Amino acid sequence: MSSTAISAAGLNKWFGEGEARTHAVKDLSFEARFGEMLYVVGPSGSGKTTMLSMISGILRPNSGSVRVEDTDIWSISDDRLAQFRLHKIGFVFQDYHLFPRLTTAENVAIPLILQQRPWDQALTEAAHDLEIVGLKGRADLPPVKLSGGEQQRVAIARAIVGRPDVLILDEPTASLDGDTGRNIVQFVREHILSEQRCIIIVTHDSRIYEFADRIMKMEDGRLTGFDRGELDAQ
Amino acid sequence: MRQLQMPGIYRIAFKLLVNDRTKFAALLVGITFAVFLMIEMTSLFAGILSRASATVINIGASIWVMDPSVQTVANTIPVPDYVLDEVRSIPGVKYAVPLYSGAALLKLHDGTYQAANVIGLDDSSLFGRPQLISGHIENIFAENAFIAVDDSEFYKLKGANIGAQFELNDHRGVIVGTARVISSGLFGVPTLYTTYYRAMQYIPNSRFTISYVLVEPKKPADVAAIKRQVAAAGYLALTKDEFIRKISAFYKYQTGIGTNMLIMTLISFIIGLSISGQTFYTFILENIEKFGALKAIGAKGSELVSMILFQATFVSLTGYGLGVGLCSLVIWLARLYLPDYAAMVTYTNLGLAFIMVVVIASISSYFGVRKVLTIEPFDIFRG
Repeated sequence: MSSTAISAAGLNKWFGEGEARTHAVKDLSFEARFGEMLYVVGPSGSGKTTMLSMISGILRPNSGSVRVEDTDIWSISDDRLAQFRLHKIGFVFQDYHLFPRLTTAENVAIPLILQQRPWDQALTEAAHDLEIVGLKGRADLPPVKLSGGEQQRVAIARAIVGRPDVLILDEPTASLDGDTGRNIVQFVREHILSEQRCIIIVTHDSRIYEFADRIMKMEDGRLTGFDRGELDAQ
Repeated sequence: MRQLQMPGIYRIAFKLLVNDRTKFAALLVGITFAVFLMIEMTSLFAGILSRASATVINIGASIWVMDPSVQTVANTIPVPDYVLDEVRSIPGVKYAVPLYSGAALLKLHDGTYQAANVIGLDDSSLFGRPQLISGHIENIFAENAFIAVDDSEFYKLKGANIGAQFELNDHRGVIVGTARVISSGLFGVPTLYTTYYRAMQYIPNSRFTISYVLVEPKKPADVAAIKRQVAAAGYLALTKDEFIRKISAFYKYQTGIGTNMLIMTLISFIIGLSISGQTFYTFILENIEKFGALKAIGAKGSELVSMILFQATFVSLTGYGLGVGLCSLVIWLARLYLPDYAAMVTYTNLGLAFIMVVVIASISSYFGVRKVLTIEPFDIFRG
């Protein structure tokens, strides 16, 4: 496995046409590596979420390319791209998006079920990953019975249960108090990050910057630089 | 042995559906109620149509010869006696007998009056006689003899057991037996069987007296020729099934009954569609972000569509089963307390309701599917 997890080159994305056209991401190029925790920071409207969507294969860029490991993700069909995301990329959404009518374990098991894993096996693996994120004994509870921090951990367990190479967390501390947010990110840093995995976190929360290997700064759709590491922009 | 298991995504879909108990209950109530109304309405109509043809069903003749203007079996237009002779002379006719069918007013033993339907059977053959429960068929030739049909209207004769007497147009009548028939009549009056000759004597008649000529062909292939010959004589010959269809068509298209039943069935369909469609769409809307998240995680559009279709199919089939069960229960209970209750669940009713439920499920899921297919995972990131 090469050390480059994600390689984005010349990414551009705009929305709307004519005078209403908004150029959300402008000529963005960067690399994210295995074994690193890369933060993407910047003010609202700077293009972080758009960039994140393009590199994770859910928003097609107007120009440029994205390679995740050795796959040019925007050159493959939609169905193959969905399968690629399912096996290679884990998502932790800002609002978690857990199904309130399913148990915690069933929520976590969803990626495995989509991978056609047998139901019982998927639930067993989900329960195991709930233990990893510190939620032993909560497998049969519905998410609404858990605290915000615990729900965040369920979302993390769901993101890692398929053993993806790339983990993407969108504002993971936005709905949590300061201490809980720090604990969550610290936990991710210590237990989820590995040499075979790249973690990208979009955040506004400067209290968790200490856990980043590199911090990629964006403004007005452009990459403006990196902190805690060399500038990789091309 | 490997256990057969529901695919995981369908189990997820199933749990999402049934664990949302309020919406699941609302969906089931909507579809169950709609199916109940649709089957109840169409069953009532089927029951009415069946009873409207009761005489044709009970007599059971293969071919009925009548005046071409006859619309229903109760609306008799007497034919001349020579028609009977003419029909008997047609090659291919095994035998032909007259039938009298008409209304009479009975004065019962307690002095009250009761309308009745009187069937006069051919004296020599008694063709079309009912199955006796009590008494002997030969007693129908006794003086003033009548056989009472023990159906849902029997009680109106106020104890018409063997030996009971009544007056009919100043003639004395005596019950010599009771009988059962396949179908009760539509108009809520008791039925009496007697001989054709006595019916003519006791009931005031017009110039012609034969209500129908009942024909048995020598072989089925002769039916067409018999019909042609009867038509050439200016009369109409219909097979039993054709006569029943003609009667049904009259009630369907020439009375308000068919239209009203159709409107009620359509209203039931619209109620079911409104309740279940709205509830199902709300259910999808409430979960739309979750479906978007599933898309982001890697679920294919076809998988999400199959989950929604599974949910719609499950709730529809469950509602259909409950609706059929509820309707059967109501009809059973109604018959316990209302012997006249004319409702009949047929395969056609069930099939029609099933088709309507499939339409309800299809329309409900169509909007859900469209919504889920248009949700962009990017919207989930954007919040």
